[in-house]
Amino acid sequence: MSIIIDKETRVIVQGITGREGTFHAQQMLQYGTKVVGGVTPGKKGENVEGLPVFDFVSEAVEATDANATMILVPAPFAPDAIYEAMEAGIQTIVCITEGLPVLAMSQVYPRVRASKSRLIGPNTMGVISPGKCKIGIMPGHIHEPGNVGIASRSGTLTYEIVQNLSRRGIGQSSAVGIGGDPIVGSGFIDILELYKEDPETDAVIIVGEIGGTDEEIAADWVQANMKKPVFGYIAGRAAPEGKRMGHAGAIISGGKGTAKDKIEAFEAHGIQVGANPEELAEKVKSTIG
Amino acid sequence: MCFSLDNGARMGEIDGFAFPNESLDEPREVEMKLYEYQAMELFARSGIPTPFSRVASSPEEARQLTAEVGKKVVIKAQVHMGGRGKAGGVKLAETPDEAEKAAEAILGMQIKGLTVHKVLVAEAIDIKNEIYLSVTIDRVSKRPIVMASAAGGVEIEQIAAETPEKIIKYIVDPIAGLRSFEARKVTAQLFENQKAVGKAANLLVNLYHLFINGDCSLVEINPLVLDADGNVIAADGKVDIDDNALYRQPELLKYREAIDEDPNEVRARELGLNYVSLDGDIGCIVNGAGLAMATVDWIQLFGGSPANFLDLGGSSSVAKMVRALDIILGNPKVKTVLVNILAGITRCDDIANGILEARKQIQSDKPIVLRLAGTNEEAAQALLEGTDIQITPSMREGVQTAVEIAKSK
Repeated sequence: MSIIIDKETRVIVQGITGREGTFHAQQMLQYGTKVVGGVTPGKKGENVEGLPVFDFVSEAVEATDANATMILVPAPFAPDAIYEAMEAGIQTIVCITEGLPVLAMSQVYPRVRASKSRLIGPNTMGVISPGKCKIGIMPGHIHEPGNVGIASRSGTLTYEIVQNLSRRGIGQSSAVGIGGDPIVGSGFIDILELYKEDPETDAVIIVGEIGGTDEEIAADWVQANMKKPVFGYIAGRAAPEGKRMGHAGAIISGGKGTAKDKIEAFEAHGIQVGANPEELAEKVKSTIG
Repeated sequence: MCFSLDNGARMGEIDGFAFPNESLDEPREVEMKLYEYQAMELFARSGIPTPFSRVASSPEEARQLTAEVGKKVVIKAQVHMGGRGKAGGVKLAETPDEAEKAAEAILGMQIKGLTVHKVLVAEAIDIKNEIYLSVTIDRVSKRPIVMASAAGGVEIEQIAAETPEKIIKYIVDPIAGLRSFEARKVTAQLFENQKAVGKAANLLVNLYHLFINGDCSLVEINPLVLDADGNVIAADGKVDIDDNALYRQPELLKYREAIDEDPNEVRARELGLNYVSLDGDIGCIVNGAGLAMATVDWIQLFGGSPANFLDLGGSSSVAKMVRALDIILGNPKVKTVLVNILAGITRCDDIANGILEARKQIQSDKPIVLRLAGTNEEAAQALLEGTDIQITPSMREGVQTAVEIAKSK
């Protein structure tokens, strides 16, 4: 199993003719992802890495049976790209692009939630099910197939945690970047629900950071619903109030959203917290290793 | 990952589609808070009643503006910080003479470490009632939310802590927008007088439009005042703009003023880097916001003191690395630099070349601790062979080494 994507997932890349689109289409192919085509308006008929390019997502779906898309277009065009993928009935939409206006996402969100599509991101590393499929920009080779599921608000921090797990012989069922923005298509609970039902996932790691209350809400949910062990890491212990720490969502404002609050919420709800990525990996290992 | 449009291009002018060009050489916006005087100007343009209010940079200017008003005025320090009243940054003045003196006292004043460079000269209002009113994004419902309270005049956090039952919250459908009847439902809970309810509802609809049309992350009026003549007036204003939306708000860019920001942060922003000043002596350069936060946290866990948060962003270039080192090494507090790169989309050889290039361009004997892993790692190792820069095998060892160096100096 694994969640969201697997060996059968058929992927297109929106923005495939751009520098990053081409590079990551190639990287995903190398990893073994079934990339079946790409979309760039006005470039119909071209080829990238031997893959056909289409004008519209709907055309690409008709020709290739794609059921997932990776969006790698500039931010001003990303909301459009999401709407288009939704309209074409794509099951899994992974929006890598960062820098979407929050108000644009506040309109996308209710529509995507009412649709048949699942949106991951924006501002995400993507999703990987090690050994099966990756839709995203993460380095594939640091991952190992296994039984730990990850849901994270941060890309490179997840790589650090994955590397620490893999070095200790702990593989991952899937790793999902939910995205670093204040409004993302799928939250921690959406992903936790999938891990709960996934027979290949025996433990879950939540990688959170300062800002908002998603971690606290997820902790409540975990206590009420999750029997599998859950581990947590929170970035931003040293962050000052009122400063945005890179991600649009990572900001402590009005004394809310501190690392301390989140760590306390995790610990109070039975989630084991690692103070740093190594300690986290050690805790996971001693529980399930 | 961040993409930028071609220089100055607007959506409509681009032929078909713009493609990711990964050029991060353009300034990257970090945040954009408006000063009160700028917010008042936007309010006035948006049909939100405001008292006469103009900005002054000198006591003489404050005097002239007060003479123009011909009434009692309030002189208010313009800083991005709460608590200016307590710090003596707000003074009443009956006459132009008094206004000049008040401005003289306030200009140049330090409020929580920020120097006051401008004051607002605002007509004093005869206040009957103080209301709190704001629109922001509610991260839980992921929708715009109107917040209001009849207990205005103090910070919303204080109202929330002391009298949470006095905060009215109204979540708005982002597609339908805030309708007039909805605005009335909110303002009917704030005023007894029907005329005031209607006036405040109009004002709230206009405030919501400003929030949406200006791509704001916050619009706040505190206090919203009912004066003795029955007028509903915004006596103070706070507006934060979503920096991600500035590409479609070109007219708001003119409001960007960096007069009270940290100089290193301003410089980093101009150079396209994501930088936050901290107080310590270990400079940090990291790829990715989460890993950058984790690096700063780990330094503290080991008893060290980070000098900054710096996220290189989703791509790498030699030039960007040189600029980052230039800013960090230019900070006199910094004793050592920890470069922590776990490369996915970043390329390790770019980082290595950047460090070598910076060594040539920047005079500094501060040691650089380098953790470098991921994409093109081998190429980076080859570049660094024979130099004094060693790659530490893990993040923990990198952090430990940097903390030890900083302590020994």
